[in-house]
Amino acid sequence: MDRYINAPLSDEDAAGLRAGDYVYITGTIYTARDAAHKRMAEALEKGTTLPIDMNHNIIYYMGPSPAREGRPIGSAGPTTASRMDKYAPDLLDLGLKGMIGKGKRSQAVKDAIVRNKAVYFAAVGGAGALLSKRITSSRVIAYDDLGTEAIRELTVENFPVIVVIDSEGNNLYELAAKQYCKM
Amino acid sequence: MRTIQTTDITENIKQMCIEANHYLSDDMKQVFNKAVDNEESPLGRQVLEQLKENLEIASSDMIPICQDTGMAVIFMNVGQEVHFEGGSITDAVNEGVRQGYTEGYLRKSVVKDPIIRENTKDNTPAVIHYDIVPGDKVEITVAPKGFGSENMSRIFMLKPADGIEGVKEAILTAVKDAGPNACPPMVVGVGIGGTFEKCAQLAKKALTRDLNCKSDIPYVNDLEEEMLDKINRLGIGPGGLGGTQTALAVNIETYPTHIAGLPVAVNICCHVNRHAHRVI
Repeated sequence: MDRYINAPLSDEDAAGLRAGDYVYITGTIYTARDAAHKRMAEALEKGTTLPIDMNHNIIYYMGPSPAREGRPIGSAGPTTASRMDKYAPDLLDLGLKGMIGKGKRSQAVKDAIVRNKAVYFAAVGGAGALLSKRITSSRVIAYDDLGTEAIRELTVENFPVIVVIDSEGNNLYELAAKQYCKM
Repeated sequence: MRTIQTTDITENIKQMCIEANHYLSDDMKQVFNKAVDNEESPLGRQVLEQLKENLEIASSDMIPICQDTGMAVIFMNVGQEVHFEGGSITDAVNEGVRQGYTEGYLRKSVVKDPIIRENTKDNTPAVIHYDIVPGDKVEITVAPKGFGSENMSRIFMLKPADGIEGVKEAILTAVKDAGPNACPPMVVGVGIGGTFEKCAQLAKKALTRDLNCKSDIPYVNDLEEEMLDKINRLGIGPGGLGGTQTALAVNIETYPTHIAGLPVAVNICCHVNRHAHRVI
């Protein structure tokens, strides 16, 4: 089912999404990948505040290629989410409502998604040129020294994603592969 | 003896890094179009259509096909009658990568040390495989490799008694474990034989082989076709979201091996199987 939602993500929208829904996101989302997650985990350990408020926000696991002149961003597709599995449960418990990436998640992340009524979305891996067209602005807001791995605030318009794990724990990767398996 | 200036190598490598990251080769486009026609899942078809549109945007707007513009893997087949003039050939290759990734707006994804992890900021060094071959030409293949799929690659040191059935099981295990992480529909490069490192290199080389060129060893050719069919029955589908097009191709390369061993390497590549090829 096609759905149009806004970011930050409301409790109602998050709860209403189901694994397999094709979703277009409009609003503000944040990028963070390996190195930024490691830094955020260190900040939490030290008891310092995070550079972004997790509450109702969506993190996009993505490190863009450099932007050409006059463009907000370069190629901007998702990276593999499982590398962030170590860090994601803590962020979900702090109010993170959505994650956009690609690939499987750990049981600990799935449990944290259900516990916090959050959503894991997949963007299509390797569609970075197309996805960049749905990003209208990009601004580094933390960890600038990390280059492509810095935390960016993105404005997105009808950014296309698919619900993989919904707030009830349904998992599209498992359901869909079974449907087409002919072994 | 033919003299080639190392600056010529630099210029070619630079252009090839930019070319490979914005345009897929014709053989890749052909298998891609076939996958769109054959996909049974509506969501799978939607994903493939999105990927086709992505390729068009990449070439028309000069935006890299994928933001992971890879670590530059370069095969250099150097004719033994070639003399390089102008300094170190390895430095010249790396200079080409540096210029290509900087001037081409490509992502710098290489860290200087695997543990300290400081970005080199110019995507060097490349991984360079040299081979000395007859003749006076230099054949260069630039294959930028993304790590979503590289991380899902595997090597299996099988026993001779495992035989061809063991090889089939190893390939299927690697693909199943990779699942959605490797950005399917994938291209599967397989190396069979050699030693531990030779086998891994065969698998990498297999990914750069033109998909229209079949193996000239009959059983290998049969194995490629059988494994493509088996992989596409797994149900993983485009983006891992379910479907019948999990792999676009399986390319297998073999090499003699030891009486006690049967190494199998499975190097998985996503649908952005990039490689630029030139002969100088």
